[in-house]
Amino acid sequence: MFTGTHRRIVSIWFPRLASDRVLRARPVDGPFALSQRQGTAKTILCLNAAAERAGLHRGMRMADARSFCPDLVSAPARPDLDARFLASLRRWTERYCPWVGLEGADGLVLDVTGATHLWGGAGPMLADMRARFAQARIEVCLGLAATRGAAWALAHFGGTEEDLLTLPVAALRLAPDAVTGLQRLGLRRIGDLAASPRAPLARRFGPDLLTRLDQALGHSPEPVTPETEPPHFATRMTLPDPIGLESDVMAGLTRLLVALCAKLAAHHAGARRLVLTLRRVDQASQQVELRLAAPMRDPARIAPLFARGLTEVDAGFGIDQLRLEATQVEPLAPAQIGPAQSTGPDRLADLITRIGTRIGLDNILRFLPADSHIPERAFLIAPAAFSTAQGAFHAPRPRPLRLFAPEPIAAPGPALVAATPPRHFRWRAMPLTTARATGPERITPEWWLSDDGWRHGLRDYWRIETAQGRRLWLFFTPQNPGWFVQGEFA
Amino acid sequence: MSHTPLTAFPLRPARVHEVCGPAAPAFAACAAAGRPGPVLWLREAWLPETLNPLGLLPFLDPAGVLLARPANQIDGLAVAEEALKDGSVALVVLEITRPLDLREGRRLQLAAGAGRSTGLCLIPERMGSTAAETRWRAMPLFDPAREDSTLMRWEIIKNKSGTIGAWNVYWDAQAHRLDLVPPAGK
Repeated sequence: MFTGTHRRIVSIWFPRLASDRVLRARPVDGPFALSQRQGTAKTILCLNAAAERAGLHRGMRMADARSFCPDLVSAPARPDLDARFLASLRRWTERYCPWVGLEGADGLVLDVTGATHLWGGAGPMLADMRARFAQARIEVCLGLAATRGAAWALAHFGGTEEDLLTLPVAALRLAPDAVTGLQRLGLRRIGDLAASPRAPLARRFGPDLLTRLDQALGHSPEPVTPETEPPHFATRMTLPDPIGLESDVMAGLTRLLVALCAKLAAHHAGARRLVLTLRRVDQASQQVELRLAAPMRDPARIAPLFARGLTEVDAGFGIDQLRLEATQVEPLAPAQIGPAQSTGPDRLADLITRIGTRIGLDNILRFLPADSHIPERAFLIAPAAFSTAQGAFHAPRPRPLRLFAPEPIAAPGPALVAATPPRHFRWRAMPLTTARATGPERITPEWWLSDDGWRHGLRDYWRIETAQGRRLWLFFTPQNPGWFVQGEFA
Repeated sequence: MSHTPLTAFPLRPARVHEVCGPAAPAFAACAAAGRPGPVLWLREAWLPETLNPLGLLPFLDPAGVLLARPANQIDGLAVAEEALKDGSVALVVLEITRPLDLREGRRLQLAAGAGRSTGLCLIPERMGSTAAETRWRAMPLFDPAREDSTLMRWEIIKNKSGTIGAWNVYWDAQAHRLDLVPPAGK
């Protein structure tokens, strides 16, 4: 536990967070409510002070509310936007102290221990908070105490730290049925509870009640967990005068890249996809996207890769804002650099990126080995930028250099139903004569995978060397007699 | 038929060459074998046949082959020019489907010269470009002496700086080298 210094915790409660968020963007003078759908009925989620004065309350059905208050303005609730709004408030509150956590869905908790003197004491700090939230038109209730539980109680039920014991038991963050149970026992205030014997209370209400009491009174610790913001990899530059030359845009981009890459380096990350947004003076904006073949953070290497994308930008009357964002980031550990450094893989990755801007990064492929005897499935083809060469290829028997879809051959008479290769046949309009046949190599279909190409059943593969020179890979399907060519050897 | 050793093979570096005939892919595989860097193989996306990495195995490690699938020949030429100019790939193999005009052929040559890298176009018969450094015709031959042979007849039918000729060769997968075969009966 903390010794020596007195802990100071501020709890901030936004009683009308959801409606304040909407009203900040679009002020409404009269009553206003946010509606949410509960089952088949629409009910009020949050409402402003004017609506409360008109007799409305949370959880009321919208139909009833409208009959009470015909000039009610309503809007649908957006809990996701509320959560984002609270997160941005949390980030803003870090101006008071670095240790800010979320308290439920409508509050914040700040550990201001050791930070209050920067504002001239706790009182001026709270006054500053109140003034700034009022200016932002956000209703706020503040509580300052030595523990998190007490600060919460003061924020929600008012008063000062001295009269904590006189607050109702609901200020202990208890479940509603526990509050009801305590009131039935006549324990209405926190002071009543603290003075009662503990063992019967624990038996009656479980350990949670006493934990909450101890946390509020400071007998057991309760930490404040500060949220961490994910790093945001974007930089921008606003220009006093519009620019239009490609070289000027490139110069601006280079400055942005230096800043962005420094940030990436600090987080041991490399950009995989970059988006450059160019805003023109007529408010239109154009985007140049760059997908990189490997994560990187070297400004001198990334800048030339943008060159092709920039040539397609129409500057119009000029560009006055550049924004560069790394929309996809991958971890990239710092690399050892030395005099004998090899630049081979880096140059190849740059080349793949440059080619990728022309034909698409998914169209540059590499071969990967696969575990199958079926010729078409004995290898995989994967985008080179998203895979690494791994494993070894293994061919126990010679395989053709080129594979194609099976092509039936033509042969005179019954030669095509015999299991031995035909002596003379025609393939692609060429008359061919078998000079040497090696085989058969029987390959059975993989029954656990359905493949239309193998519906003729198992295949006997033959390597046919023709007198004309062509070396073909033929197969015979004994279950459905027929001969097909599937590949050509080197 | 000449008994002289292969003069224009390995292919002259920093130039673009052409090969036609049924064994053109095998010629390209021989040309790619033993090169230190990766090989970029350009093949238009709509073409039906696929290159089989297991078939490449006797010649080179398929892990060093990058396959690019441009949508049409214009894209393919642009990618080939970019790769040749960059010089980080050892060999650029480009399968072309329509004849190159003089400008396109010349641009490839200039790019190869700038990047000090070698290019090889697999062309259909009689679709050669005037700018090519050498043009070869590769035909498979039946080999009565050896099984699993890769006997081929390579004819050089155009050579900008040398004589033309023809050789019978086969790829020795064990020794990993190209062997010349004296023509039979002579």
